[in-house]
Amino acid sequence: MNTGDLSTLMVWAAATAFTVALIAYSVDLAHIAERSQKTAQKSSQKAMQPALVTAGGGPVSAAAGSADQRAPGRSVRAEGIARSTHFVGIALLFAGIVLRGFAAGRWPTGNMYEFTLVGVLVATTVLAIVQRRRIIAFLSVVVIGMAVVALVVALNFLYIKAEAVQPALQSYWIVIHVGVAISATGVFTVAFGTSVLQVLKSYREEGVLAGASANPNAFKRSVSGRSFSWLDQVPGGRELEAMSFRLNSVGFVLWTFTLIAGAVWAEHAWGRYWGWDPKEVGTFVAWVVYAAYLHARTTRGWSGRRASYFVFVGYFVVLMNFTVINIVVPGKHSYSGL
Amino acid sequence: MSQYRPEGISDVFTEPTEAHESPEAPKPVVQGIGLSGWLRWAWRQLTSMRVALLLLMLLAVAAVPGTVWPQRAQHPERVATYLTDHPTLGPVLDRIGAFNVYSSVWFSAIYLLLFVSLVGCILPRTKVHLAGVRGRPPRAPRRFGRFPAQGSGTADVAPQELAQRATGVLRRGWKLLPFVPTYRVDARDEGDGTWAVAGERGYLRETGNLLFHLALVGLLISVATGQVLHYRGQMIVVQGRGFANSEGSYDTFERGTAFAPNSLVPFTLKLDDFESQFDPDTLASRSFTAHVTVTEPGGEPEQKTIRVNRPLDAGGAKVYLQGNGYAPDLTIKDASGTVVSDGATPFLPQDQVYTSKGVVKVPDVTGGQEQFGLIGFLLPTKKTVQTPNGPAYVSQFPAPNDPILVLNVWKGNLGLDTGVPQNVYQLDEARMAQVKDAKGDPVVLVVKPGETVQLPDGLGSITFNGLKRFVALDLRHDPALPYILVFALLAFAGLATSLFAPRRRVWLRFAVGHDEHAGRTVVTAAGLARGDDVGLQPELDRVLAATLAAGETPDREGTP
Repeated sequence: MNTGDLSTLMVWAAATAFTVALIAYSVDLAHIAERSQKTAQKSSQKAMQPALVTAGGGPVSAAAGSADQRAPGRSVRAEGIARSTHFVGIALLFAGIVLRGFAAGRWPTGNMYEFTLVGVLVATTVLAIVQRRRIIAFLSVVVIGMAVVALVVALNFLYIKAEAVQPALQSYWIVIHVGVAISATGVFTVAFGTSVLQVLKSYREEGVLAGASANPNAFKRSVSGRSFSWLDQVPGGRELEAMSFRLNSVGFVLWTFTLIAGAVWAEHAWGRYWGWDPKEVGTFVAWVVYAAYLHARTTRGWSGRRASYFVFVGYFVVLMNFTVINIVVPGKHSYSGL
Repeated sequence: MSQYRPEGISDVFTEPTEAHESPEAPKPVVQGIGLSGWLRWAWRQLTSMRVALLLLMLLAVAAVPGTVWPQRAQHPERVATYLTDHPTLGPVLDRIGAFNVYSSVWFSAIYLLLFVSLVGCILPRTKVHLAGVRGRPPRAPRRFGRFPAQGSGTADVAPQELAQRATGVLRRGWKLLPFVPTYRVDARDEGDGTWAVAGERGYLRETGNLLFHLALVGLLISVATGQVLHYRGQMIVVQGRGFANSEGSYDTFERGTAFAPNSLVPFTLKLDDFESQFDPDTLASRSFTAHVTVTEPGGEPEQKTIRVNRPLDAGGAKVYLQGNGYAPDLTIKDASGTVVSDGATPFLPQDQVYTSKGVVKVPDVTGGQEQFGLIGFLLPTKKTVQTPNGPAYVSQFPAPNDPILVLNVWKGNLGLDTGVPQNVYQLDEARMAQVKDAKGDPVVLVVKPGETVQLPDGLGSITFNGLKRFVALDLRHDPALPYILVFALLAFAGLATSLFAPRRRVWLRFAVGHDEHAGRTVVTAAGLARGDDVGLQPELDRVLAATLAAGETPDREGTP
């Protein structure tokens, strides 16, 4: 077994660890949902006897350090398993990427397989940082789910042998430009998950206030209903919005840097800083959409939930830019060779 | 202008309530506002955030067609193919600019409007911001109860002295930049012995925001200036030969409208040698290096190298290595034995294994002989394939390990005197006939290096002296490059500052205590930040603690 094979094995192991983490996070989410439903039922039954409601929380809060860290309904065991396998997955993936770099004798961001590995590493690491104090099971299910799918797709369809790259890619800019682009994609991924959660949560907050059954829109009614009661355990809509904004800000700054670094490299390698290559167009479009998001946040009538729709569009463009543009549209970036 | 409220990545603490932004607000259009009224309305619309948002999204959408259809600026040949393949749809698309998206009227209109909108929004904001920077921080509000961060404490020191101390604490600089004050501070005597200190930080945030937008304008102007002043030339240089930097020596040359051809620095460049390396398994290229001799005007010849990603600086321009290939060195004699063609002819590589196609035209034959031309392929490393018609050859490796020339012969009129410019890499076969053997099959010449082969029909002979290399060079000069880079970096710095610099206001009030605090000073504090700011309360606590230092302890929960 050579270094390249060992790297592949590590990536498979990481995918396995993330799958376990995904299951554990899902179990946690299911627990939260189940407990929230029961609490909702109980509280509606006990609404007549307010004295009894306060007695409920004793054993749960005793088990956890503070009420803020573990809301009632969280499965301590599932969260422990999820967190540890999540960390193990990050470590294995990191090792896989480093070994890949040694096997190829260069910085490991030379093709789509390697982009995907590093992107997943960044996304899962950012996720770990975001929930360092408090696990947000739904966000983890979204992000880790996408990470597992991305890793398996990379291993099965994007994999190519570890080897050197062609002269146009032999530049230190491959570390700076490509590395930052992938990091930005990873950060945008977590931000996207946060925005999805924010939209659901804000619909629910609104629906619960207005009275769930009153809403004529089926989606809004169902979000406000019992099947989404696990949403009561996630941070509030405003808090999620702030988190999504912070992540998107970091992503946007990294993306801007990607554009500038890419232009500098293009000037070195291709003799022009900007040539409307399909990849350049895709990156530009994504940049403009995220810029629109930042503007929408501060525009009256567009802040909050409506601004987050720009995040959905922007992230869609980022994904298209990575997949369709690389694979389908011929351009100067196509040589990254799948 | 008194109604002005800034928009954009706004840092105003109040909610934006600009009239034309609000959907509920009455439309500013009333009857009889006249032309100036309409213009003012249009200007207000254009500079509003809604329209900016709309234009941003339009710009994003308008950029997409350029990835769907081939673009003339990048791939004219693909556009031509598309037009041939789609005879009905193609011309329609061409008319609406689908093949010239980024120079089309509609695309330009969108980004120019966007920039007008940006300037119209940013300039008034800059004015407001400058006034804000020069002004005093806003006064401490009467009540602190509604603010997200609060604190309180008591002290034995007089209010005025505490106010001075708080001013000092707030003005203390950052750890890394100790001379830059963190807060702009204003202490006031509120009467009755009460002092209030108001501090504000984060002007940098709006400064960054304005810098970002203004830098974008600078970037656009730089790019446009570069377009007007640039020049770009492409040429093929064969090993052992050179070229001089003048407009005529390029194969293709394009320049901006304001570029003066006499400003070309007449340096010369000669290709001495070319090295290439390929992966033996995947055939992928691994390294290309061109060794050249450059002579700047009035200077000594200098040995330089050009590689991919390592352009050469010469004559104020950059020379890029864009392509390479082989140029067989051939000596051709006509029927009378006169040398009619001698030298290396570039054969253009067609694929990964450098199957290279080329043409040798022989117009200057003697003795009334017909003109003839050779067209065929150079295979750098040949592989013999047996076919029913005899051996055929393909290239199996891009390096010149076992080169071979496979040529067809045409005779007749090359058409060089028709007045129509010809492509040197194509043979105009209209007035020519392919030379065939007795069976009627086209004659195929197979020539190895060092070999001399007689041409059919007694046309003469060809000698393959050896294989030389050629490089395709791209020379470009854009005087705006440094400005583009500076503005891009300024925009980046401005963006990062505008998104990450925290904007906070802190107020402290020092009042003479009554009742149980009689004789002491009661301190209350409040903080406000732009957006959710996790660092606000800790900072307020720090300021309070530092102010009350020397024995006094603050208590956040309220006085006991």
